[in-house]
Amino acid sequence: MTSLSRQTAEGKRAIPGTLVFDGDAAQHGYAINAMCYSFNSAENREAFEADEEAYMDRFALTPAQRQSVRDRDVLGMLAAGGNVYYLAKLAGIFGLNVQDLGALQTGVSIDEFKANLLSHAVTETRVASNGRMAA
Amino acid sequence: MSQVCGGIFTSHVPGIGKAIAQNLQQDPYWKPFFDGFDPIHEWLAVEQPDVAVVFYNDHGLNFFLDKMPTFAIGAAPQYRHEDEGWGIAFDRPYEGHPDLSWHIIEQVVASEFDPVTCQSMAVDHAVAVPFELCWPGTNAFPTRLIPIAINTVQHPLPSPKRCHDLGKAVGRAIESWAGDEKVVIFGTGGLSHQLEGERAGHINVDYDKFCLRNLAHDPEALLQHDTLDIVELAGSQGVEILNWIAARGALRGSVRELASNYHVPISNTAAATVLLQNSEKVPA
Repeated sequence: MTSLSRQTAEGKRAIPGTLVFDGDAAQHGYAINAMCYSFNSAENREAFEADEEAYMDRFALTPAQRQSVRDRDVLGMLAAGGNVYYLAKLAGIFGLNVQDLGALQTGVSIDEFKANLLSHAVTETRVASNGRMAA
Repeated sequence: MSQVCGGIFTSHVPGIGKAIAQNLQQDPYWKPFFDGFDPIHEWLAVEQPDVAVVFYNDHGLNFFLDKMPTFAIGAAPQYRHEDEGWGIAFDRPYEGHPDLSWHIIEQVVASEFDPVTCQSMAVDHAVAVPFELCWPGTNAFPTRLIPIAINTVQHPLPSPKRCHDLGKAVGRAIESWAGDEKVVIFGTGGLSHQLEGERAGHINVDYDKFCLRNLAHDPEALLQHDTLDIVELAGSQGVEILNWIAARGALRGSVRELASNYHVPISNTAAATVLLQNSEKVPA
């Protein structure tokens, strides 16, 4: 669908409001994503909560990554190479669900964010009349 | 000779797992989604498949960015779900089928695919949630698992055509297996959703309906968009439709839609559940 295509200054495909997590981002974001991956373990989550700075030292986060974590700044974490699948584990420690994250990133209230989702509300169900014909 | 009896396609939102853990299936928010599984429960009770081959994406449980396979095939005797960072781990283990896994690996490599092979593998919500949805309760799962992970996390992702071709190769491999197992194929994830960035909350009902309309009878229509087109259309996590495209490729017979349920929103996601029956083509 080339009619959709836009390009960034680096000649990459640009998608509005969207960071494509590519090799550049994966290199840039390695430390913060590695830290978040460690949060699969409850023990590591507790260690982070006990001393965030020491925990960030362990994973050698970049200054921008550290600041974004201190500020609970999700867009900052993404700009510093964070990937949302890993950041979701950190968000859990902060008690934030994906609606909270959505509201934080789009600058609206939780209620507005949920209302935006509901603006697409639809339920469509089809069931074949002889759905059990496999028998 | 083994037989592919059909395909189950479903969203795998972690919140569904939480709703199951809290027994919210009849809650007004969740009911329209869970009700989509009634025809699937009936169908599974009749078909009683022996093995489920599940195309899914790992979200940072088994794989990290240190080693990120484009395609990975499980060949473990057993798989487990584990804590993914929010404390929920489903207890029931998933029995594997290493002999059939290795047959699939042999055959897809002969078809010039190069998967990573995993004799030890944790599976995340993208496998656990669909299994819980299909076989609720506490009894041991009646169906063995062969997980096939597709990278939908770190670009470049495999192309839709490549995923579809992988699915076809897996379908051929299952058909050529000497055992008489009945196999159901799963494709999990999607439909449109985006968790991150200024476009978080993106949903595209038109694109989702295009996918749902064509999945059974013209799946190749879904191959006209490349992966970045799909990211633009369906959102950065909506690209999980690649798992559906691969799974649909494994249904090589005569395919008929038995049930389809599309419900927006579940969490930040346009949720969908589809059941396709796959029957042997009758020779002319």
